[in-house]
Amino acid sequence: MSDLSRRKLITTGLAATAGIAGVGVAARVAQKVGLIPPDHGGIYGLGETLTYGAQRLLTRNSMAREFPRSQISKIPVANEIAPFNDAYKRLQAGGFVDWRLSVEGMVARPGSFSLAQLKSYPSRSQITHLACEEGWSYIAEWIGVPLSHVLEAVGIQPQARYVVYFSIDPEWWDSIDMADALHPQTFLAYGMNGGELPLANGGPLRMRVPRQLGYKSVKFITRLTVTDSLKEFGKGLGSAAPEGGYAWYAGI
Amino acid sequence: MPATTVASRASRVSRHSALVRVTHWITTVCFLALLVTGVEIVISHPRFYWGETGNIWTQPLFKIPIPASRSSVPTGYRYVLPDQNGWSRYLHFQAAWVVVLTGLLYTVYLWFAGHLRKNLLPGRVDLSWRAFSTVIANHVRFKRPSEAEAQSYNVLQRITYLLVIFVLFPLVIWTGLAMSPAFVSAVPAAVTAFGGQQSARTIHFFVSLALLLFVLVHVVMICIAGFRNRMRAMITGRATAQMEHT
Repeated sequence: MSDLSRRKLITTGLAATAGIAGVGVAARVAQKVGLIPPDHGGIYGLGETLTYGAQRLLTRNSMAREFPRSQISKIPVANEIAPFNDAYKRLQAGGFVDWRLSVEGMVARPGSFSLAQLKSYPSRSQITHLACEEGWSYIAEWIGVPLSHVLEAVGIQPQARYVVYFSIDPEWWDSIDMADALHPQTFLAYGMNGGELPLANGGPLRMRVPRQLGYKSVKFITRLTVTDSLKEFGKGLGSAAPEGGYAWYAGI
Repeated sequence: MPATTVASRASRVSRHSALVRVTHWITTVCFLALLVTGVEIVISHPRFYWGETGNIWTQPLFKIPIPASRSSVPTGYRYVLPDQNGWSRYLHFQAAWVVVLTGLLYTVYLWFAGHLRKNLLPGRVDLSWRAFSTVIANHVRFKRPSEAEAQSYNVLQRITYLLVIFVLFPLVIWTGLAMSPAFVSAVPAAVTAFGGQQSARTIHFFVSLALLLFVLVHVVMICIAGFRNRMRAMITGRATAQMEHT
């Protein structure tokens, strides 16, 4: 081995060690400031982490595009949903008077809200684009209460990092980080295009996260949990989506 | 390293630098991953639209006449393909990251190592009609490249590579980003420039087809020019000079 190649080997070795250490430190820092998604493990973890981290840095306060009323799609597409379960049908028979949204976890005042209570808060509306990961999309007006308003009412604790939300369908749940949870366009939607929210579109209550793909806008919301870690929920990947093979973060 | 290059210059010519070779093969692997997963993503909704919105209730610009992987799409087939959208999306974006970072590295090299000026920008002589017609005539006759060409690129290659590097790649990345609801919330012009998210999706599809066409022609050309020697050049960096014109 010549001197030149030995020197080269040593420098390469040192550079590699420094590189690995650097990546380690960067990963720690990224974890701390919330740039690592819960589904960062596995063979696609690198891509997911880069996407989530980069987009979080770029889009913390950005607003989803809003459209004029003239651009609302004539037919708001409703994707296929599982047949309504008995719990849903019972509430439906009662005109959803007994539908409740319970809020628990890292909050000062856990409790539950009826639809009437949610509707008593100042209502907001947005005309935004909903894109499905399959490729189709539509524009609709969504009417509801910003999630941040409900979170304010229950008082979230400072260590809170995620809001987990559950559908009445027990297999359907998801979560978002606080940047999306406190975002002014993230709604608990109960109305659409000037009327009630159709059942096929998630009525009586749907999460609406316009800066992410449609599957994050879970239908038939009954429960919210504020938490600092997603490890205890399902398989710890942040939502039902990664368990079915889809990314937790869907801002793509 | 210089010692070895001099020693082997007699029989072999140094063809591709290490950076070009490494970025070439990373790009190849990523392109294949993006192609396969892209097809998987498309079959979940093989309809294309123009403008902001498009769905099964709106008129498509065109449909690909294949079955879909989702039963909700009216394709005219009774058959529903297996749904592989989940991992396909994960891999599509991961491969996109790797190819974009690799592409950035390659572009930096293009500018700073003189690769752009030396090997890619056509010379003034090359841009004459006579030079063009000679190269095109040689291509049409499937003539193997001359010795000079074996060491660098001819004018058609140069223009094609420039088109791929500076038009198709940026466009496919841009249209990809234009489909991201989060990205366009930060940079709305990324999507409005195309007239909407569905337009961006349609353009993304056609640019991908153009890239696929480039890859197919590229592989055919490699076979005509001498598959083994060209592969050796892109793997080891050296081409055998005599073999080029046998």
